[in-house]
Amino acid sequence: MIGRAFLVGLLVAYAPLAAQEGPPPPLANVQLKDPAQEERAVALMENLRCIQCQGQSIHDSDAPIAAAMRHEVRERVGAGQSDAEIEQWLKGRYGDWISFSPPVKGIGLLLWAMPLLLLGLAMLLARKRFRGSKS
Amino acid sequence: MGPGMKRNWLIWIPLAAFAFIGGLFLYGLMQPKDDYVRSGLIGKPLPSFELPAAVEGIPGLSSADFADGKPRMLNVFASWCLPCKAEAPFLEQIKERGVEIHAIAIRDKPEDVAAFLAEHGNPFVRIGADADMLVQLKLGSSGVPETYLIDGKGNIIHQHIGDIRGEHVAPLVEKLKAAK
Repeated sequence: MIGRAFLVGLLVAYAPLAAQEGPPPPLANVQLKDPAQEERAVALMENLRCIQCQGQSIHDSDAPIAAAMRHEVRERVGAGQSDAEIEQWLKGRYGDWISFSPPVKGIGLLLWAMPLLLLGLAMLLARKRFRGSKS
Repeated sequence: MGPGMKRNWLIWIPLAAFAFIGGLFLYGLMQPKDDYVRSGLIGKPLPSFELPAAVEGIPGLSSADFADGKPRMLNVFASWCLPCKAEAPFLEQIKERGVEIHAIAIRDKPEDVAAFLAEHGNPFVRIGADADMLVQLKLGSSGVPETYLIDGKGNIIHQHIGDIRGEHVAPLVEKLKAAK
């Protein structure tokens, strides 16, 4: 009966990509030769979420899947793809969630517009107050 | 209405803002927890890939092995993944129902895959080795085990995240048989 309990334990789990030995893809931890391209790649990697660790960027994460994602980003930057193209490739697979920047559409639009809305509201309130104090 | 009335109305703004934000928090807290990252490729063609054999004696896997008119199952697994062991008997049941299953082994070594198949049986026709996870990334897959249903035209019609259990066998087989 230990067997059954063990099996039930297994069934609950959905293994994230656990650390395993084996070499990471070539560009995972090797900088691009062109410093401008490398700078672009790093900027992209800092803004992309690691699928396994979720809260960490692929630039900071040591997870194998993050290594694969770094390789993919560097290879695409090296091949001359634009930042938008690279982000779109990943978003097409993992959704908008993969980027740390919320999408500028739908509920995300409200988020981006919030500072402007609040500033507008503050100015409105301030104007009323100053007007009131003058009279 | 004098100016005093207007000011009375304005003092409610902070409370309304607080109630709105509090409401958002409450709504967020009451949503069921779902950490699964689903592939955005459902309904789209299987990306092209070519993988070498993961173990001696069983051929490797490429995207060209699909899209010949026969719907198939694509299982993403690893010998080091515990839920993959749990789902092995159910993959065997699916195979017995006449479904052809191909597989991709993630970050695995040939000897480990061989030992896994020896212990848990081999329901797979082909197994490709994705040593550096780049094909997994192409698939929009975020963990193991994951199972994709591929129709006869080579389109991904369904993604099953996590291990396949007894209750998933019949629906998955039916879904695949309904596909052309």
